[in-house]
Amino acid sequence: MTQIVKMKGMNKHFGKLHVLKDIDLTVEQGEVVVIIGASGSGKSTLIRCVNGLEEYESGVLEVDNQKLAPKGGNQHALSEIRKEVGMVFQQFNLFPHLTVRKNIMLAPIKVKKASQVVANATAERLLDRVGIGNQADKYPSQLSGGQQQRVAIARALAMEPRLMLFDEPTSALDPEMIGEVLDVMRELAKEGMTMMVVTHEMGFAREVADRVIYIHEGQIVEEGRPDDVFDNPQNERTQAFLSRVLAH
Amino acid sequence: MEFQFQFDWQAAINAIPFLAKGIPYTLMISFGGLAIGFVLGIVFGLLSINKSWFLRWPAIAYIEIFRGTPILVQVLFIFYGLPDLIGGPIDPLTAGIAAIALNSGAYISEVVRGGVQSIDKGQTEAGLSLGLSRTQTFWSIIWPQAFRRMIPPLGNQGIVSIKDTSLFSVIGVGELVRQGQVYIANTFTAFEVYFVVALMYLAITLTLSLLLRLLERRGVASV
Repeated sequence: MTQIVKMKGMNKHFGKLHVLKDIDLTVEQGEVVVIIGASGSGKSTLIRCVNGLEEYESGVLEVDNQKLAPKGGNQHALSEIRKEVGMVFQQFNLFPHLTVRKNIMLAPIKVKKASQVVANATAERLLDRVGIGNQADKYPSQLSGGQQQRVAIARALAMEPRLMLFDEPTSALDPEMIGEVLDVMRELAKEGMTMMVVTHEMGFAREVADRVIYIHEGQIVEEGRPDDVFDNPQNERTQAFLSRVLAH
Repeated sequence: MEFQFQFDWQAAINAIPFLAKGIPYTLMISFGGLAIGFVLGIVFGLLSINKSWFLRWPAIAYIEIFRGTPILVQVLFIFYGLPDLIGGPIDPLTAGIAAIALNSGAYISEVVRGGVQSIDKGQTEAGLSLGLSRTQTFWSIIWPQAFRRMIPPLGNQGIVSIKDTSLFSVIGVGELVRQGQVYIANTFTAFEVYFVVALMYLAITLTLSLLLRLLERRGVASV
């Protein structure tokens, strides 16, 4: 099997705070890895390192067979990796000055030099796929949160990524809109997309993940199949965390 | 002694043609200067937030110097001082345009900096994560949003600069105030003439305000 992400002994600090400690992690092609942990545990930082939104200081990080050097070195590898890795943010980060259609068309046109016609066709196909084909000419502010996040997923998919990163994609949503976003993600997983997902949605993790990773204070303390991690956690930190989040 | 003042409408009306000759100069200095100032503002505003300290400090020095000294001193320096350096006279119109350009450029730099810094960093992250370069991210995502936010303060600066040109009567450029002074020297109708001069400034600045409001409304409507 092909390894899409390979981390070996990765370390990162924010000033004095050691946010990632000797992270070893690989993600295989087609795998869905869900990363759970308390706020501030380093889980978002971990996936933000994968596409270079955060720099790390030591260790090895390879994404899609490209070495991404520590401390932001190797700009060429970074730009190659970003073309292959899509990202969905907690706050959607849609471009408010562009219509939904243009939001999706921007990167294929600018980065892949796709023609307007091809980019437009891609945008319409993806909007249909995420269930909002009839909203293409609205501006992001005219859509609900759930719709905006689905546009953000479509925008990332337009670059035909080999890997999708999800950074708490439902945390900013009203409860009634979480389901529609998770449905799209579930579909993606079914179609074989490689995914790294940071989330607090334990039900989704249990159902969709091939592997669940629990991070505590910058360290991976538990890793395994969802049933094993949720039903039979080995580490006492994991037990404590799960009993807190699964209690309600 | 009885003293009665009466506004002399005829004197005011008579002054209009002579005063109006100053309008093209006022407009040329304001808008010529502002156009260059806008370019300076973009360049130095962006340099002032550059990561490289080496590019940043000259930009900040420029901004602080031209914001921190009076525009009257600046134009006097350019008109009377610089010729000593370059060994030849500078015509008043050029000096006026240069003063507005350099002065408004410093303020517009700050407007540009504020506009760009007000855009959420998630926008940059989204652009980069899609594979856009930093330059592409800036010009297709950050700048259009920042520019929209810059319109009201830019309009404000435009109005300030138009009014600043009135100071340039001191270097003898035939703008509105200068024309007024010359006219009064012959007619002694200061009240009427300055009243008309003030109205002419107001006509120019109100027109600009109106245009900016229209521009702003269009910009907002499409977000």
